Amino acid sequence: MAEVLVLAEHDSAGEVKKVTGELLTAARRLGEPSVVWTGPGAEAAKPRLAEYGAVKVYAADSADFGSYLVAPAAELLAQLVGEKSPAAVLVAGTTEGKEVAGRLAVKTGSGVLTDAVDVTPGDGGPVAQQPNFGGSITVRSIVRKGTPIIALRPGGVSAEPQAGPAEVEAVAFSATDAAKAARITERSPAEKGGRPDLTEAQVVVSGGRGTGSADGFGIIEQLADSLGAAVGASRAVVDAGWYPHQFQVGQTGKTVSPQLYVAVGISGAIQHRAGMQTSKTIVAINKDAEAPIFEIADFGVVGDLFKVVPQLLDEIAKHKGT
Amino acid sequence: MNIVVCVKQVPDTEVERSLVPGDNTVDRASVDGVINYLDEFAIEEALKIAEAHGGEVTILSMGPAKAADSIRKALSMGADKAVHVTDDALAGSDALASSLALAAALRQVGFDLAIFGSESTDARTGLVPAMVAERLGVPQLTLAGKVDVAGSEVTIRRVTDDGVAVVTGSLPAVVSVNEKINEPRYPTFKGIMAAKKKPVQTLTLADLGLEAGSVGLANAASWVEDFAARPPRSAGVIVKDEGDGGSRAAGFLAERKFI
Ligand SMILES: Cc1cc2nc3c(=O)[nH]c(=O)nc-3n(C[C@H](O)[C@H](O)[C@H](O)COP(=O)(O)OP(=O)(O)OC[C@H]3O[C@@H](n4cnc5c(N)ncnc54)[C@H](O)[C@@H]3O)c2cc1C
Ligand SMILES: Nc1ncnc2c1ncn2[C@@H]1O[C@H](COP(=O)(O)O)[C@@H](O)[C@H]1O
Repeated sequence: MAEVLVLAEHDSAGEVKKVTGELLTAARRLGEPSVVWTGPGAEAAKPRLAEYGAVKVYAADSADFGSYLVAPAAELLAQLVGEKSPAAVLVAGTTEGKEVAGRLAVKTGSGVLTDAVDVTPGDGGPVAQQPNFGGSITVRSIVRKGTPIIALRPGGVSAEPQAGPAEVEAVAFSATDAAKAARITERSPAEKGGRPDLTEAQVVVSGGRGTGSADGFGIIEQLADSLGAAVGASRAVVDAGWYPHQFQVGQTGKTVSPQLYVAVGISGAIQHRAGMQTSKTIVAINKDAEAPIFEIADFGVVGDLFKVVPQLLDEIAKHKGT
Repeated sequence: MNIVVCVKQVPDTEVERSLVPGDNTVDRASVDGVINYLDEFAIEEALKIAEAHGGEVTILSMGPAKAADSIRKALSMGADKAVHVTDDALAGSDALASSLALAAALRQVGFDLAIFGSESTDARTGLVPAMVAERLGVPQLTLAGKVDVAGSEVTIRRVTDDGVAVVTGSLPAVVSVNEKINEPRYPTFKGIMAAKKKPVQTLTLADLGLEAGSVGLANAASWVEDFAARPPRSAGVIVKDEGDGGSRAAGFLAERKFI
């Protein structure tokens, strides 16, 4: 069976990210997954990679990946594509993963499919499903040139464990001068609070301008915590400075597709819907019965959020008590 | 300083967008074209850098004849001149081919800084800036929330979900920007009038020394097989709060096993 290269996503401490399990699960459908590991820590990560069926782990233990932006990872992948002739290369559909994919595509003359939420084998190679235009259409696409490069949106494919040997093989790699053009001189990792990641969460509770103020927005955090959810915000909230930009959901923010999306005090403008309308279940609370969010809600309450949400919090607490 | 801003005309996002049945390309004809949202921030950043350091701002756009409107708008914001890459053979180009044409044009026009939006609203791939940097062999300084030029060096604050990184490279360089970097200016009446007289150079594939066989829909490396509209959501239950709205919402969540 042909090899499928999977670029592992891990943080600077070597912790394997959840999306890596999803990439391995998708790769198993297409061939034999080989993980490509950048930097130190491959041995420590081995058990996690084995859990999702990695056959091999190509470990390139070089400091260049941490010191220079994006280009070294693309160079390593291009080297491995040349040596192994894989059936496909899978990367995480994060901003950085997509940039690596883009550079690799140029180096290998290959097509890239970004934002895939599913991938299956087909006669002409892997077939990816990509939502487009804010989820209003879904496209099925393939790569017709070079080695198919597919960036999978985190949370698109669910990770299913399957044991694999995850045999670690050291790969000699040092970045060329061309790949050292953008030097990273400082890094401050994002603060990870206790809540799940917005793009990976099963439940998202988002607040809009209806919360009235940064203080008012606190009720959204309370509701999120009671449901074990991530917090999201509309652009109006972010623009007002009530909540940070990285939590913005919509066309110019994050795209989320959770099991449950609760929109509180959000009107549901087309640009907001673009980031959440593929959610499985949508609940809306808004005092304006005409708000467009109700058009896509599975359940809606027309009412004042400062009355409805506290009652909802009480009820959830009661459920937990029983 | 010679700054080139890559500006893409995209279908307006205020209306429902789709693909053209048959060839599955973006429907650009039936929807108004506007400047890609993030590219307005790229233009603003270029104007600011030129104001601070001196220099000229050139708009570079690849697209059909209709894209000329967006180029004029970019000029009316204050850019000095424009290059419009247009050729029937380019229609339906994917990111790989677009980056080829844009890189060729950048080489021909010459630049110290090439500024991009970090993503377009139609393709939403976010691939083009990294691809162009790779093709030109210049530093990729992307996803910038802040750009500083000092002498022959550019330093950006790169903002991603992983956090913030400070990244430096020497000119010439490729930069892409996010929407927190600045507040794009509106064209003034004077700006709109002045834009009418600003030079717009048109370049074809032949002018760029590119073969038709390397670009366009027929040669796309990524290929859309088919597409389907998202099935409409079935109408939900909407209740009016009569003092029991929270309980009823809880009832729904319990019924769906969320609590
Ligand atoms: C190019 C572009 C990109 C954009 N990108 C995004 C994006 O990524 N994400 C995004 O969200 N938006 C985006 N927008 C903005 C979008 O058009 C809307 O302006 C925005 O989503 C509105 O946010 P909102 O629903 O919180 O505010 P509003 O539209 O003001 O809605 C507030 C809602 O709260 C309700 N309300 C008020 N008080 C109460 C109360 N006490 N109880 C219950 N309900 C109450 C009101 O009835 C109203 O429906 C974009 C716009 C453009 C032009
Ligand atoms: N046809 C084009 N003409 C000019 N610039 C473009 C074009 N396509 C993409 N770009 C630039 O590349 C950025 C990222 O676009 P994309 O990779 O398509 O998401 C845009 O914000 C533009 O700055």
